[in-house]
Amino acid sequence: MDKKLARILDSLPNIEAMIRDMRDIILTNIVMIGEIPAPTYKEDNLRDFVLNRLNQDNLINCSTDESGNALGILPGKSGKKNILVVSHLDSVFEEEENNTLSIQPDYILGRGLSDNIVSLAATISLPFILDQLKIQLKSNLIIMGTSRSLGPGDLEGIRFFLKNTKLNISNGISVEGVKLGDLSYSSIGMARCEINCWVPEEYDWTKFGAVGSIVTMNELINRIQEIPIPNKPRTNIILSSISGGRGFSSIPLDATLRFEIRSESGEMVDNLQKQIMDIAQEVSSHSGSKVETKVMAKRKPGGISFSHPLASSAREIHKKLGIKSRITPNIAELSAFIDKNIPSVAIGITKTAKQSSSLEKVEIEPLYKGIAQLVGLIMAIDTGCCSEN
Amino acid sequence: MKIDNWLKDNTFHHSTFSDLADLVREKEKQNLKISLCIPTLNEERTIAKEIILFHSELMVRYPLIDEIAIIDSGSSDNTISVAKSFGAETYLASDILPHLPPKKGKGENLWKAIYQLDGDIIVYIDADIKNIHPRFAYGLLAPLIYREEIKYVKAFYDRPLAFSEGIRPSGGGRVTEILIRPLFSLFFPELSAIIQPLSGEYAVRREVLEELHFPIGYGVETAHIIDVYSKYGLAAFAQTDLDQRVHRNQETRSLGKMAFGILQTFFGRLQTLNLISDLPELSTVLRQFQVHDKDFEAINMTIVEEERPPMLSIPEYLTKRGIKKND
Repeated sequence: MDKKLARILDSLPNIEAMIRDMRDIILTNIVMIGEIPAPTYKEDNLRDFVLNRLNQDNLINCSTDESGNALGILPGKSGKKNILVVSHLDSVFEEEENNTLSIQPDYILGRGLSDNIVSLAATISLPFILDQLKIQLKSNLIIMGTSRSLGPGDLEGIRFFLKNTKLNISNGISVEGVKLGDLSYSSIGMARCEINCWVPEEYDWTKFGAVGSIVTMNELINRIQEIPIPNKPRTNIILSSISGGRGFSSIPLDATLRFEIRSESGEMVDNLQKQIMDIAQEVSSHSGSKVETKVMAKRKPGGISFSHPLASSAREIHKKLGIKSRITPNIAELSAFIDKNIPSVAIGITKTAKQSSSLEKVEIEPLYKGIAQLVGLIMAIDTGCCSEN
Repeated sequence: MKIDNWLKDNTFHHSTFSDLADLVREKEKQNLKISLCIPTLNEERTIAKEIILFHSELMVRYPLIDEIAIIDSGSSDNTISVAKSFGAETYLASDILPHLPPKKGKGENLWKAIYQLDGDIIVYIDADIKNIHPRFAYGLLAPLIYREEIKYVKAFYDRPLAFSEGIRPSGGGRVTEILIRPLFSLFFPELSAIIQPLSGEYAVRREVLEELHFPIGYGVETAHIIDVYSKYGLAAFAQTDLDQRVHRNQETRSLGKMAFGILQTFFGRLQTLNLISDLPELSTVLRQFQVHDKDFEAINMTIVEEERPPMLSIPEYLTKRGIKKND
């Protein structure tokens, strides 16, 4: 094993203990982030908070961009490399009157904790934590809250930054809420689609029978399920949500199906997407309903190999901290790094449990390990342990 | 001081004071010590968050507050152990000045904080606030730090959930609007400009606190306002808009108890100030009613608004603070 990596691994238990002493700083960031509503495209208030925090911790170039990202740079001693650590700002929750979090000695209770309050809090706590740990990096560390990541945002913030930045990003780390132990260094191919079916005004009720949009959508789903799915490359179609109709007594005039096609092969994703679009056209033509298919987001497969020093260092860090690694593909910020051929990983920071439809419970204790792995990974990248050459 | 001028000069929004580094510099220049008191009774669900936020933001990042103390009335839940687990100084009210016969009420905790805590300014913040934020403290402290003539700063909360453009009403809760503001309008018209006189969040200079009588129950805020006004006038007050406070809503019946206690205090002050006379001896029993099937049943509750004397009259306090009786 690389001697530098061995030294970093030896320091991890002490780092974890010291991070535990910074509990209040981390929990405060969780609370303050979590209580600022930030639905996709409405992240302005949270962006301002993040910028303010990065300013308070004396980062330089604290700024936003046209896409609404919030970033700051912790300058390194040499500044020859730039490590980009990202966590998305937006959440799936709309603005509401009361989105308060509750803290108890062992856990935090609230909504949106895993996606993405806890990881954003860990990310913006980094400058304070590194300062307390007296870790001064050689590389510049760019801390960024990315905008417009979820759903229709389709990773707009991170894509915009990586496309337009003049900085040469050597490595990326995407920090995600769950689950501690999750480790991703490859992205799978993905197409996120929506099928809308509606009954047009000229619909001939006598000719086709008064079936309405739900029956049409049902036929469509049956046909999608008949598509043969290969075992290799690993592929699946996730039917994620369905909605339609108005109530008991009226014939439904519209229905919507959302689904994702995921595969290790980009070609397979394209192939399945085309098949489903053809099915939609066919069902539309014989049912008389209008069927429209929209592709909301797409990801290309790729990433670094299992044996890449970044991936193996991440696994060694897990091992040292007693974290069981689970290698999973990723379709979030990591895929934007992969599109730009930047060696990167995505890591989970904590564990959560659902308490109700919208409330989550996050244990506080695993957070220290989760953040220690993040610090260890940054140190490993900084000292060159994660470079192939 | 005319109400309009006071509203213009002494009403603030917390965002005015968001430059915490400047606030800390000014505090240090004046060599001020600041204490935060959180009075508690069964607040295990919210206390941790308050301690963490104030400690992390206003002690570690910006050393605005020098001490945080939980003064508890004898919680039967885990308030004290939770607070301790987050590193707070915790005190049982009855353990402070233990030779005095114990009394139970929020006012008792607030009064004993004057003895226990060392700050030149004490900021009191209720423990049941679900959306606690550092602004709850710095928004109240800043007017005292920046303006020497201000002695008592009250919180108010004015962020409507939905509102179109133009004029809109602004005010306090139900007890304020149907009891306190009408009473102030009758007897102390200038005080009606205090938007939320009953809010549990306020910051006060020690030299003012130590000379105030403290009702131990519902009347403590009302008594403070009347007493400070009688001695220093409206100019001694300021109020800060802290946007929104999310907390438990009280039932109407509980508000009735609060109103009954406040009225006792209020009439007491009117008599002391010779604004009314010849009052009969007032009952201390509040009668409320409930229905069992078709039978109405009276529920009688005895509510006595006891008061603690000014802290300056307590010998132990004088000794602790090194104050000679003739000072």
